[in-house]
Amino acid sequence: MQKPENAEAGERRSAGHETEKTKHAAVPAADGRVEMREQILTFLEKNSKIDAKELAILLGSSEEVIAEEIKKMEQEQIICGYHTLVNWDKTEEDKITALIEVRVTPQRGQGFDNIAERIYNYPEVQSVYLISGAYDLLVILEGKTLKEVSSFVSDKLSTLETVISTATHFILKKYKDDGIIMSKKSKDERMLMTP
Amino acid sequence: MRNPIAEKAGKIKPSGIRKFFDIVSEMDDVVSLGVGEPDFDTPWAVRDEGIYTLERGKTFYTSNAGLKELRTEICRYLKRRFALEYDPLQETLVTVGGSEGIDLAFRAMLNPGDEVLIPQPCYVSYVPCAELADGVPVAINLKAENEFRLTREELLEAITEKTKILVLPFPNNPTGAIMSREDLEAIAEVIIEKDIYVLSDEIYAELTFGEENHVSIASLPGMKERTILINGFSKSHAMTGWRLGYACGPKEIIGQMVKIHQFAIMCAPTNSQYAAVAALRDCDGEVARMREAYNQRRRYLMYSFQEMGLPCFEPFGAFYVFPCIREFGMSSEEFATRLLEEERVAVVPGDAFGDCGEGFLRISYAYSLEDLKVALGRLGRFVCKLREMKK
Repeated sequence: MQKPENAEAGERRSAGHETEKTKHAAVPAADGRVEMREQILTFLEKNSKIDAKELAILLGSSEEVIAEEIKKMEQEQIICGYHTLVNWDKTEEDKITALIEVRVTPQRGQGFDNIAERIYNYPEVQSVYLISGAYDLLVILEGKTLKEVSSFVSDKLSTLETVISTATHFILKKYKDDGIIMSKKSKDERMLMTP
Repeated sequence: MRNPIAEKAGKIKPSGIRKFFDIVSEMDDVVSLGVGEPDFDTPWAVRDEGIYTLERGKTFYTSNAGLKELRTEICRYLKRRFALEYDPLQETLVTVGGSEGIDLAFRAMLNPGDEVLIPQPCYVSYVPCAELADGVPVAINLKAENEFRLTREELLEAITEKTKILVLPFPNNPTGAIMSREDLEAIAEVIIEKDIYVLSDEIYAELTFGEENHVSIASLPGMKERTILINGFSKSHAMTGWRLGYACGPKEIIGQMVKIHQFAIMCAPTNSQYAAVAALRDCDGEVARMREAYNQRRRYLMYSFQEMGLPCFEPFGAFYVFPCIREFGMSSEEFATRLLEEERVAVVPGDAFGDCGEGFLRISYAYSLEDLKVALGRLGRFVCKLREMKK
């Protein structure tokens, strides 16, 4: 008895707010939405090639809902881009990656943001993180040669007036990057048929 | 020379999967959907604990019933996940896989001529294990229209004076069927009224995908004292090769099972037992992650069957789907053989799990999405070809 009554009441309520109802129809309830977003992001983080249709099948949702959520997360800059994880070691391309620990003097009123910006604007800089502990900024730099990296450090980085010191580490081999094991063999060891 | 073979052993039918396996192993480029074990690696925390305890030389026998530490963790886990209360010392036995528990329970409980009700399609070992224990297996043929659940009526019809044990294999291999609390309550009523016991094989308990968490029949009122619960680490923690399972039940029955286990096995592998402690302590997150991955694949499979127009009820458990292939007018074995020969896809014919599985295929989704896509592409092509030819 209760159900039809509620349904009726619900209908009556929404009749007055046509636009609101249609707006909400495409979006799952608040709780489910947070969960849905998390699931979408978890998937895209591992495979940004997947399309909305397939994602909808896997997550038990509709293509429209998924596409809408992705679009919104792009607008909100939750999704900032779609990358491909490349194992450059396997290509002909020469590339070296350096991790540079940078100690700086924070500036009044600006903290570290200003100096960070001056560093991250260089296109050869891949990442800049503010770090707790023995140094302040961790700069990840990609270059073609050792010389290229060292000249960046000596000419551009060390010469910034707030930089106190730098320590440069070169990456020799990448075992795991962004949660993916680079050299993992993927042979199925199982017997082909088991009960 | 005298015949060296015992009549009882000679009479056991070889597994229907064996023959198929032999053909598959000879072929190249086969995409298999025929495997009954997880594709995931055992969680690293578990493997690490295994290595660590090996390094420390923890390689001696444990007590017959298993490490106390492990039995305690098992009981905590069963309480946390399924609201079951067992005493680690008297009601819990660590076995070599769930399979050993099944064998022990039959041997501890059956007198010659006692009937064992076995709902089919089901895992292949209940029938031979019951026979080896001098029991008489009696098949209950489950129906597709009931989504392969056991109904009260089917159970009542199969019970005789001699019925002693009902095997309850849910979530089910090969159908993926589950039994809800309501379904189980209807069964429990009959069990109590007719004074029989239940061997509840819940090895897939962690893999259910409906709204409701898996319900163990042992958690229903009056059922704990009538139920031998079988579970293990193979499916939930991707630990098939570690060979570790457990049985829980009334102390009188477990006591007898421990006795047989003591003489036949001594104890489950020590290294696996230590690793399993880590599995229960640290791996709930990993288990959930694997479950979610299975669920996504399951949805993908259901969608693909729908696209192909292949009838299949939506299964909510284990990692199998059980589509019907009757429309093509051939036996499951014929279909599976042709699918293998013409498209290089290996599936298990449904009748390998009991006669009433005829007309169905068991398709496992313990594979990566990429593998599933390739295999389903081929299956779809095959189905189209058969339909074209029929026209």
